[in-house]
Amino acid sequence: MTRAQHDYDDIPGTFVFDAERSRQGYGINMFCMSLMKDANRKAFKANEAEYLKKFPLTAEQSAAILKRDYNRMLELGGNIYFTAKLGATDGHSFQHLAALMTGSTQDDYAKMMLAGGRSIEGNRSRTKKPSPGKAKSKPKGRSKKGSKRRG
Amino acid sequence: MARIIAGISASHVPAIGAAIDNGKTEQPYWQRVFAGFEKSKAWMAKAKPDLVIGVYNDHASAFSVEFIPTFALGCAAEFPPADEGWGPRPVPVVKGHPEMASHIAQSVILDEFDLTIVNKMEVDHGLTVPMNLMFGSPKEWPCPVIPLAVNVVMYPPPTGHRCFMLGRAIRKAVESYREDMRVVIMGTGGMSHQISGPRAGLINSKFDKAFLDNLTKNPKKLARMPHVEYMREAGAEGIEMVMWHVMRGALDDKVNEVYRFYTVPASNTAVGHIILENKRRATGKSKSARKPTHKAGRRAHK
Repeated sequence: MTRAQHDYDDIPGTFVFDAERSRQGYGINMFCMSLMKDANRKAFKANEAEYLKKFPLTAEQSAAILKRDYNRMLELGGNIYFTAKLGATDGHSFQHLAALMTGSTQDDYAKMMLAGGRSIEGNRSRTKKPSPGKAKSKPKGRSKKGSKRRG
Repeated sequence: MARIIAGISASHVPAIGAAIDNGKTEQPYWQRVFAGFEKSKAWMAKAKPDLVIGVYNDHASAFSVEFIPTFALGCAAEFPPADEGWGPRPVPVVKGHPEMASHIAQSVILDEFDLTIVNKMEVDHGLTVPMNLMFGSPKEWPCPVIPLAVNVVMYPPPTGHRCFMLGRAIRKAVESYREDMRVVIMGTGGMSHQISGPRAGLINSKFDKAFLDNLTKNPKKLARMPHVEYMREAGAEGIEMVMWHVMRGALDDKVNEVYRFYTVPASNTAVGHIILENKRRATGKSKSARKPTHKAGRRAHK
């Protein structure tokens, strides 16, 4: 089934957690929510695939969780405030997850934030060219060193 | 009669809470952020409101995806800090004001805002971090706080205009309360940030500063900004800023901006903060201090 098209689909590098994704990702988010309890974290860690069977997840969703493919989780209906609980269960800081999602190293990501964050220039639209006069600022963010995408 | 004396907005970055809880506020990185709120704490200590209405959003703490209320008003006597995965924040329990809260609920529902009433709720950093920024870290919070949780996690959140009009309705409710009270309303969240997906880390200071300018001077027009513009320009999670319109809607059309602070970054987020005061009015008991909602012929802008 294809997703309905929305004006915000044009925003690059962004999976908006809308009502449709909320419906599709209910299992992902309820799984993540379960990790608020220590007993559940332990059960999950003891046998991840088995634990996931308790939730209504598609094969794709389970695979994304097991692979810790955070962007894929978002695409399939996970929400960042929920998936962050999985990251915390793995002992990762939020910045680690953010770096992972951007394909950057944590170090590079941290440096980018300290330098003022990812520039909006060149990051507004998938389809539209940046408006003239504004297009000159250097493309920021995607650092070369950060190519080893994990997950 | 109760009245709203001022509105405040402040970011609610969780890392700010962690810095407070772990004693890191003196580190240079955090000092830059906390120094910006010294004046705010002094302002708050002087303003001494009898009540704060705290407009904030929950982050998968009290509400999961099992139910997603658009507007949820906390009517309980107290709201304990939520366990967000590393134990509840070591902050005092937030004491509510059930009498005023139920009065607001009754008034705004009849004004066609179908909000959800919550009589049992834990509150997360979304509310308690701005409280720390404004009150510091006291043993007990100095006044009751009525939490108003707004869904900004699942798209679509309420529109900016809807939030603004809810602010209006809250003001009307407050002004019809039987006791004299001085109320501060607080909008939280923002400013520009995106913490999800390949575009995470986005910050747009230009957008943020224009937003602050317009919040003071051009609030009705600002409230009409479509959601896609927040998400495109200020990041997917920057849409939290719609909550600031509830605060602004509860104030006079013309306000005094008494303080503003902006810095980048606090962890993954731009931090923005503003204090807006309603112009002082004579507090004559007989005279209604309510102004007509629209001042014909004197609109500063369309």
